[in-house]
Amino acid sequence: MIRDFALQCTEMLLVLLLSPLLTGFVRKVKARLLRRQGPPLLQPYRDLVRLMRKEVVLAESASWLFRVIPYIVFAGTWVAAALVPTFRTGLMFSWSADLIAIIALLGSARFFLALAGLDVGTAFGGIGSSREVMIASLAEPAMLMIVFTLALIAGSTQLSTMAAFMASSVVGLRVSLALGLLALIMVAIAENARIPVDNPATHLELTMVHEAMVLEYSGRHLALIDLASELKLLLYVSLIGCLFTPWGISGPVETPQALIIGVIAYGAKLAVGGFLLAVFETAIAKMRVFRVPEFLGAALMLGLLATLLMFVSRSL
Amino acid sequence: MIIEALYGVAVLLVLAPVAVALGATSRATPIVYGVTLVVTLMLGVIGVASLYGETGHATSVTLPLGLPWLGAHLRIDALSAFFLVVVNLGGATASLYALGYGRHEETPGRVLPFYPAYLAAMNLVVLANDAFSFLVAWEFMSLTSWALVIAHHRDQENMRAGYVYLLMASFGTLTLLLAFGLLAGAGGNYAFDAIRAAHPSAALAALVLILALIGAGSKAGVVPLHAWLPLAHPAAPSQVSALMSGVMTKVAVYGFVRIVFDLLGAPQWWWSMLVLAIGGITAAMGVLYALMQHDLKRLLAYHTVENIGIIFIGLGLALAFKAEGLEWAAALALTAALFHVFNHSVFKSLLFFGAGSVLSSTGERDMEHLGGLIHRMPQTAFVFLVGCVAISALPPLNGFVSEWLTFQAILLSPQLSSWGLKLLVPAVGALLALSAALAAACFVKAFGVTFLGRPRTEAAAKAEETDSNSLAAMVFLAALCLVAGVLPGIFLDALAPVSHALIGARMPHQAGLQWLTIVPIAESRSSYNGLLVFLFVVMSGTLAASAIHRLASDKLRRGPAWDCGYPDPSPATQYTASSFAQPIRRVYGTLVFRAREIGEMPPPGAMTPAKLHVDIRDLIWDAAYAPIANLIAVATEKLNVLQFLTIRRYLTLVFAALVLLLLVLAIWQ
Repeated sequence: MIRDFALQCTEMLLVLLLSPLLTGFVRKVKARLLRRQGPPLLQPYRDLVRLMRKEVVLAESASWLFRVIPYIVFAGTWVAAALVPTFRTGLMFSWSADLIAIIALLGSARFFLALAGLDVGTAFGGIGSSREVMIASLAEPAMLMIVFTLALIAGSTQLSTMAAFMASSVVGLRVSLALGLLALIMVAIAENARIPVDNPATHLELTMVHEAMVLEYSGRHLALIDLASELKLLLYVSLIGCLFTPWGISGPVETPQALIIGVIAYGAKLAVGGFLLAVFETAIAKMRVFRVPEFLGAALMLGLLATLLMFVSRSL
Repeated sequence: MIIEALYGVAVLLVLAPVAVALGATSRATPIVYGVTLVVTLMLGVIGVASLYGETGHATSVTLPLGLPWLGAHLRIDALSAFFLVVVNLGGATASLYALGYGRHEETPGRVLPFYPAYLAAMNLVVLANDAFSFLVAWEFMSLTSWALVIAHHRDQENMRAGYVYLLMASFGTLTLLLAFGLLAGAGGNYAFDAIRAAHPSAALAALVLILALIGAGSKAGVVPLHAWLPLAHPAAPSQVSALMSGVMTKVAVYGFVRIVFDLLGAPQWWWSMLVLAIGGITAAMGVLYALMQHDLKRLLAYHTVENIGIIFIGLGLALAFKAEGLEWAAALALTAALFHVFNHSVFKSLLFFGAGSVLSSTGERDMEHLGGLIHRMPQTAFVFLVGCVAISALPPLNGFVSEWLTFQAILLSPQLSSWGLKLLVPAVGALLALSAALAAACFVKAFGVTFLGRPRTEAAAKAEETDSNSLAAMVFLAALCLVAGVLPGIFLDALAPVSHALIGARMPHQAGLQWLTIVPIAESRSSYNGLLVFLFVVMSGTLAASAIHRLASDKLRRGPAWDCGYPDPSPATQYTASSFAQPIRRVYGTLVFRAREIGEMPPPGAMTPAKLHVDIRDLIWDAAYAPIANLIAVATEKLNVLQFLTIRRYLTLVFAALVLLLLVLAIWQ
């Protein structure tokens, strides 16, 4: 019990501490691919510390809600991230929220963030919010379709059980899994506001979605929102890792060796995931906002197709 | 129990003429709403007691009213007890709300007499135990609500809403009349017990199902029979809008459940295809319609359509499972649908109350004229936000739990054997997921444009916080959203007798589980704990806040908005409701509504501003309603000649009709 609790706390702290590193790593790789030196790996931590120390400059028209939202968004994302298995499948509170609830928790965070975009009453905030909800309106059902597929394969919507099932060798190669993985990657790109859906580095206002929404934030509020989006990136990489590349994850029997292997494997998965993301982002151009629905519509259709296959035959 | 309930209904019925007698005196409003508050509370307690009390033992009574050989059968069983709770919870909170809100009523004489009668009618519908009483109560409910819709009759739009509503309501009652007629058969025994005992043939049962779907569905607002709903619900005074949207649509769901699950006997698998398809389309269309609105109350009314779709998806799944003998799965689906019935009545009432408070304090329903109300009405804004989060199916509030249960039921459906369902259910699941995501977009828009940002008009800038009675009603409902969200097990257990009575199975006991988790099937399969999720979020949020404030900085400075360096002082530069919906309109609306943006540029050199006009067509209205309306118009135009005939011609016509009928009779025999 106490050991479980300690491991759970470790995981929560681990995701919190690792997430800026992952973002820093992606930035570094992207810069190197462009033959730039790039910021140091630890730059995201420094940014966070600097933002936390600065005072908040709050717009005059901002309401109390605007000040509360960063905490809600951060807390929601953190709890969701802590519920995703990282290096071991036996999470202590896994039963308190299944994968559908994790997706919905992220949905809550986005709901509030979109409200924050509207709170100050500027045009940019509105543009960000309205585009964000448009993207979410397609990404979320696509994600739920992927969840359906995986849940039907694993016979459970509990993420720990699903991860343990995927790690066992009975799954094999399936068409629906391939479709699900493709759809999940597309959704993950959209959800994390990466190229080609959105550009995390842009400051050209009319092309931004996420950045426009949080334009009015500063100081500690901005730090929390940045941290939340870094956590979200980590969450999606961990999710893909534990479901589709479950190798090395520590199973129900947790010997110290298994845990150590799990941690190393998790680190390797994050590195590979981050590297692939950086390569993909460097290789592709950002698409127009109104091409995004086609992109995500494809993800939704893939997810639906994968689910349909599962309904038609349990072995596909 | 039934006797006490009938006393309550009688008090409500007597209150109606009393309200007429009280007239426009200043004390009429508190007296009427005070009495309805007390009576509905009592009826709600009776409902809860019957739900928890002796399950299976329904208490029934036959009054010497109505048809002489039949009498009026009335009964409380588990299903009516549950809906009694829903109706009277809505009624009690609406009465409490109206104790404050009703004071702003300009024509109380047109609202007060009908209000208690309307409540009484809804109670009678769920208590009725024979087809005749049911239909009389149903029609009484339609007529009283119609009177409330046209309470503000000087507004042309309201009169049109009332007209469409009256037509659709009569049409719905007609189909229900046919359904009950078919059920009762040639013997004409209209008591529900007799109907239940008779087993209709498959073809007859199918016909009854379709008629019930049309009759109850038109009252509930399933697409394509929803056309009256977004017109009528917003037209009524806000406490009545809340009742119509939050409660009366549920009474319609009750009618459907009573006929299809209780009276009709064992279902066929293909019935569920019909219900599921209609549910899925209703859910997706309802929320898309809602997104296109900028009238706050109309947006809420359209959104009711979406939730009715979700409820029908749950009911369709329950039918499918029941038809294939998977009772435990059917119990899950039915419980999910009924829990959503309860949840929706709670948050939709809350949201309509909020919209009513906005209306009474600003005089505006149009979101394009609102904005920034969170500064002037912080408490209303807070409770409205709670309602928005709940209705968007976001954890940890109650809307999420019932949708989560529906998703769990969908995940059980590969066990169904029929291929039609295997292909349909995933598509319905996708529609449900889509409507859940769009609902969040819809309520970001509703809350964001109304309450956040800067005030767009003088009226919004000078809004006042609403009165304490209205606020109390809203706070109570908001608290209920949270309680049902974090402790759903209590509510699911309370629904067990209902599913036991209708399906013959129930969901597993939830009460004894560790940390009040809910487990719909088995722990290894899925579980959800709203309480822990809520506590985790609260704890990590507080932890972050205290850590940052203590260790880093808690300084704060107010300044002008940044807005990339060029903040515009005019509130017109903010995003409006229609500009917020523009991306979604482009993605979905071009297909569903043939939405087009028409830009009108002034000729070169002219100083007039350019105009952008959005053209949205309601294809269902164009395809289904407009042709019928045109046909009736043309037919009445042609038949108008009959009005101006001479007496000889009339006599000839009467004679011809008589001869014709006799001929028909002669040939028939």
